[in-house]
This record gives sequence, structure tokens and C-alpha cells, in this order.
Amino acid sequence: MTEATLPRTARFDRLGTLLGVTGVAALAGLSFVLVKANRIVPGIPRSLLEAAPPLAGWACLACLALAATAALFVFNARLRLGAALLGIGALLLALGAAGDALTPLGNRVVRISAGPAFWVVLVCLGLMATDAITRMRPGPARRVLWLAGFIAVAVLALKSGRFDHLSVMREYAVNAERFSRELLRHVLLAAGSLGAAALAGLPLGIACYRVPRIREAILGALNVIQTIPAIALFGILMAPLGALAAAVPLAGRLGIRGIGAAPAVVALFLYSLLPIVANTVQGLRRVSRQAVEAARGMGMTPGQVLLRVEMPLALPVIVTGVRVVLVQNIGMVTVAALIGGGGLGTFVFQGIGQTAIDLVLLGAIPIVALAFSAAVVLDALVEVMDRVKQ
Amino acid sequence: MRPATLLRCAALALLVSFLLAPQRFAPLFAPLTQYGAPPIYDQGNLLSLALAHLGTVCLAAAASTLLAVTLGILVTRESGREFLPLSRTLVNIGQTFPPVAVLAVTVPLVGFGERPTLIALFAYGLLPIFENTIVGLQTCPPAVLEAASGMGMSARQRLFKVELPLAMPLILEGVRLSLVINVGTATIGSTVAAKGLGEVIIAGLLSNNTAFILQGGLVTGLMAILLYDGMAAFERRLLRSVRIE
Repeated sequence: MTEATLPRTARFDRLGTLLGVTGVAALAGLSFVLVKANRIVPGIPRSLLEAAPPLAGWACLACLALAATAALFVFNARLRLGAALLGIGALLLALGAAGDALTPLGNRVVRISAGPAFWVVLVCLGLMATDAITRMRPGPARRVLWLAGFIAVAVLALKSGRFDHLSVMREYAVNAERFSRELLRHVLLAAGSLGAAALAGLPLGIACYRVPRIREAILGALNVIQTIPAIALFGILMAPLGALAAAVPLAGRLGIRGIGAAPAVVALFLYSLLPIVANTVQGLRRVSRQAVEAARGMGMTPGQVLLRVEMPLALPVIVTGVRVVLVQNIGMVTVAALIGGGGLGTFVFQGIGQTAIDLVLLGAIPIVALAFSAAVVLDALVEVMDRVKQ
Repeated sequence: MRPATLLRCAALALLVSFLLAPQRFAPLFAPLTQYGAPPIYDQGNLLSLALAHLGTVCLAAAASTLLAVTLGILVTRESGREFLPLSRTLVNIGQTFPPVAVLAVTVPLVGFGERPTLIALFAYGLLPIFENTIVGLQTCPPAVLEAASGMGMSARQRLFKVELPLAMPLILEGVRLSLVINVGTATIGSTVAAKGLGEVIIAGLLSNNTAFILQGGLVTGLMAILLYDGMAAFERRLLRSVRIE
């Protein structure tokens, strides 16, 4: 309350102050990179100026100081976003430069990875950028464009070779071929089970809406399925699918086996049904009676009313369900790696098994990026649909 | 309501009797095993595993409830408003993080065992509670708030005597949601050597023993359903007692 009475010039941004102080404290007290003689020994901490070449180090610090100043004193959201992105860029380039500087020529064993200070400052700058974007309230099309822009910049930066000496990229270099295969498999598993669930879930949802007697029973059963932990459901399905493959040779030849992708797809399909069925029912319920009456008055058959009026009006709610399912599936496919289903989880669990954090990150970062991108795109889609509806 | 109560009691009785004397259920699980493998998990006490599982989940949920509700209160106060849009966005972004990824990234920082699981569950459990706290506090009818101020309540009194009780159903719903999600997620903790029911499932996956997988999955699922149900009943009772006329 007291702040509102202060003159504008004396005010500074509270969130910016918090982020700035945290970032400065992290840079001063924590290590910027960890240098490991090989993949599994503990790392030796190095600060930013110790690790990066002097020019890159000081340039990075200057950019970070600029970003911190903007965080404290600048109120224009665009400028704040620009400053935060500048800081993130400088931070990443400094990390890449540190990787180059600390790797002896031709050495393929030494591992340079980001230290806690890097992560803390990155999170602070990320929060600053997120806050600025939130304040700018970009429309759905712009959000998707920005996402595409960020992905393009990230891919170009990784291809440029500036980060090749960092440990995550070392792991990538070793696993490059497998990586693209598992990435594709991850997306296919998540999207495939979603597609199957949508095909089955939409009619089921319509049936639940039309026949209230079965609604409770079906939604109840789907709710119970949700409570079974993912790894257990994967495991439980291994037995019947294995038996099916043994009994029906054709199934086995189609790739249906006790281990591998089949139980994962079936389990993800079962998990996906609840959000789709529940949202279909919810969406249809929200369709205004007047619209339905008007359509009937125009002489539409019940089937036409459903396809031309009810379903289009319910679509935004249904797509919201699809968003939930897709984000959830992208996360759950990770666990499928435990039963030989493949996907990026392979790297995560391999990394856990070998206590190699870089391998874990090689799997985890793309998973988070995939889930995040899916959420942004589908959120934008829902918003556009809502606007069209109005 | 009667059949539901009956079903509930039956589920609880089944869970308790299985955990207390699992060997009695051996004939049920025996057809699922091959080559004379043990039908009941024999590498540890099922009851203590279930209790450890529940303990981890409840501890994480208690911690996330405390922090999420505090943060939710802070960002809905006049002085914390500037943090509200950001925290909303963060909640949305946070929910796109798969729990396994959170777990996997935590391991290198704190080592194997219970700690990464606790941290992942804690972080993942924050989101639904935080979101519901904000919605609950923001949807308090303005007329009620004005009446409270008119009665001479201070901001603090208003928060504790009016706003929080009114928001309580939604907050508890958030706690319930995060508890149920966490019971399932905690099984993944066993891949990083946390004590819990995931151990049973993973032992089954490793030794190709469906009986183990089914036991672990069923006990976890039953626990989640009973927790969900118990919390819902608790909420209904609480709602009756705090309803503001």
C-alpha cells in the first residue's frame, strides 16, 4: 500500500529486485561450470570468470548487469523481455565458450557441464522473460510464432557447434543416431495412443451424454484406471498381450508382444480415455438449449444436430481434453522405456542407472520441451476456437 | 449411498487384510507366476513398504500444501498482486513437466534414495494446490468481504475467518488431487531406490513376474482410491461445519 503513494521514479520492480539479488548471489557464491576429468567422477567447480575466456566472461557479465538493471528499473514489458533474452543469450554463449576453453585439444574424456550458478541465473532470467511475456498478453497466433522462433534459434544454436564441448552435447554426439530414432518413437507413441483414444473416446463421450444411466459407470471405471500407477499398468498389460501374441501368430507378427511398445500404447490409450470422454460430456452439456432447439426447428435430423451444431460448439472443451492427454502422454511415455517401449525415457533411465546426469538431461530436456510446445500450440488452438465460436 | 459405503469398507478391508497377511492370498496370485516363482513379494515386508510409500506421499503433500497455500495467500494480497500473473503462468508451465523428468533431474543434485522422490513429489504436488488456493481466494464473493470489513474485521481476521474458510473446499480439492497423483508417481521413485510399492512392481518387471506387478499396482491403486474417497468424505464434513450462512 505504501508503494502506491511513492513517486514513480523512486519505485523499482519488486519481482525484478528479487530475481536480480538471487542471480547476483548465485554468480558470486556458486560455481558456473563443473569440470570433470571423465564422465562419472565428481566435478571441480569453476566460477564464470575462471572458466570462460576473459573477453567472453566480462562481456557476459556486462550483458547480465544490463539485464539486472532492466529488471530493477525498466517497466516497459518489451524492453524487459529484450533484456532478459539478451541475458539468456549471453549466459549460453559464455557457457559454450567455457566449454571450448576448458577442453584440451582433442580430449574426448573431459566433461564440462553447467554448474548451479548457471541454472539459477538461467531460471531468474527465464522468470523475467516469462513475466514480461505474461504482461504483454500475446494472442494465440503470436505465441505459436514465438515458440517456433525459439525452437528455430535453439536448433540453429545447437547445430552451430558452439556448444559441442558441453557434456550434454557430448552425450548427444555419442547417441545422435539413437536420439532421433527415440525422439520420433516418443512422439509416435504419445500421438498414436492419443489418436486411438480420440477415435474411441468421442463416440463413448457422446453415448455417455445421451444415456445418463451409463455415464456414472463409465466415468467411474475410467477414474479407477487413472489411479493405477503407470508402471504397474504397463506391467499388468504385459501378460495378456504376451499371451495374445503366443495364441494369435498374426498379432505377434504385427508387433504385439508382451514387452515393447504394445503394452505402453494400450496403457496410454486407457489413461487418455478419461479426459477425452469427460470433456466430451462436459462440452456437450454446455451447448445452449436454444441452439439445439433452433437447429431442430430448421428441420435437422438428430444426427445432423449432433454433427453440425452440438459437436462444433463442444469442440473447444474437447480440445482442452486433448491438450491434457497429449501433455500427460508425453510425460508418461518416458516410463514406457522401463518395459522396453523405447522413447526418450531410454536415456533418462540409462542415465539414472549409470549416474550420468548428462544422459538424463539428454532425455529429460527434449521431453519437457515437447510437452511445453504441445501445451502452447493446443492452448492457442483452444483460444482460437473459442473466438470463432463467439 | 449405501452400496458405495459398503464398497468402500470392502476395499479398505481387502487392502488391510492383504497387507497384514499377504501369504493368505498366495493361491490367488499363483496362476500368474511361472517356473515356481514366488506368488507373493518376498524381498521385503509389504506392509512396511506400503507405509513407507504412504509416508513419503503424505510428507511431500504436507510440505507442498504449506508452501502452496502460503504462496497463494501472498499473491492474492494487495501487496503481492504484481506476482500474480507470473505465478499463474508458472503454474501452467510447471504442469507440463513430466514427474519422471523432475525425478530424474533431482537425482544428480541430491543423490539416490528417498530425497529425490520427496522433492519431485513436493514440487509436483504444489501446482494443483496453488492453483486451487488462488481460485478459491479470488472467487470469494465481494459482498461477503465488504460485510466482513464493515463488521470491523482487520485484514488478517478477514483472511482467517472469512476468506480461507470460504476457499477451503477448493484448497482441499487441490490437496486431494495432488495426493492421488503422488501415490501413483511415488512408484516411479523406486527406480531411484526410494522405499515404496514401486519396488514390488519393478521387482516384478525385472524377474518377469506378473504376480508382483499386479500386487504392487493393485495396492497402490487401492490406496489412491481410498485416499481420494476419504479426503472427499472429510471435505464434505468440513464443508458442513464451516458453511457461512
